[in-house]
Amino acid sequence: MPREPLFWQRFDICGRNFVDAGKASISIKGILREIGINPSLIRRAAIASYEAEMNVVLYATKGTMELRVTPKDIRVMVEDQGPGIPDIELAMREGYSTASDEIREMGFGAGMGLSNIKKNADAFSIHSAVGKGTTLEITFRL
Amino acid sequence: MKLEAVKRILNCQVITGHDKLDEEVGVGCGADLMSDVLAFIKPNALLLTGLTNVQSVRTAEIAEVRAIVYVRGKLPDKEAVDLAKEKGIVLLCTSLPMYESCGRLYQHGLRGGSELEGGLRDAKRAPLLATL
Repeated sequence: MPREPLFWQRFDICGRNFVDAGKASISIKGILREIGINPSLIRRAAIASYEAEMNVVLYATKGTMELRVTPKDIRVMVEDQGPGIPDIELAMREGYSTASDEIREMGFGAGMGLSNIKKNADAFSIHSAVGKGTTLEITFRL
Repeated sequence: MKLEAVKRILNCQVITGHDKLDEEVGVGCGADLMSDVLAFIKPNALLLTGLTNVQSVRTAEIAEVRAIVYVRGKLPDKEAVDLAKEKGIVLLCTSLPMYESCGRLYQHGLRGGSELEGGLRDAKRAPLLATL
């Protein structure tokens, strides 16, 4: 049986909702601060969560982001219903982006998101099905 | 560098955070794409940007940016200002363009992020600058 998490919360993310974009990650940052996690780890987790959340807002119809804190690690799991990623290896490359002009006007789409999530995480996995969606699991060891 | 000095050097208007101008920033970062900010900025930084929407402040909150200078005379929208007030992030505005703003601050000693992680250390920087 998997060990019960110390803390668990799920956030709904709405695609194309730029007004609320990033609010879930700011909540995650606040939760981790309240739990008393090390500040540099909080920053890494917040940056990775925010990148993942923005990807859902910018590219998908909707999605969820789940935070699980156990005595061993922090896990952020993101699942979206969106176009999916045809070539994950290419999408992971720094600077590669399929962002529209509208997304760039919002300040995103530099092609750094997925690689930056990986850089900040201790473990990172991504699965995607074209036409269905993408799931990410981002882990930070405590 | 104290935010009061940033204000003076760039002739800034203070949008919010008048009471925090004696606080210090340790490093500067200029970017209009928030993805670049998230990838490269260091904690306790000053962000210079032309992006004025609420995402500039959300990015600042996430990446622990101390203050934002909006360049080219741009003013942030209301949501951005409200969030900055709530989170205690200082917002400044200068009519100077990005290149000149960064250049003036660097000239006055505000370093870039790569120098904090051993990118271009003082020993190498001085002779390099002398050749320019």
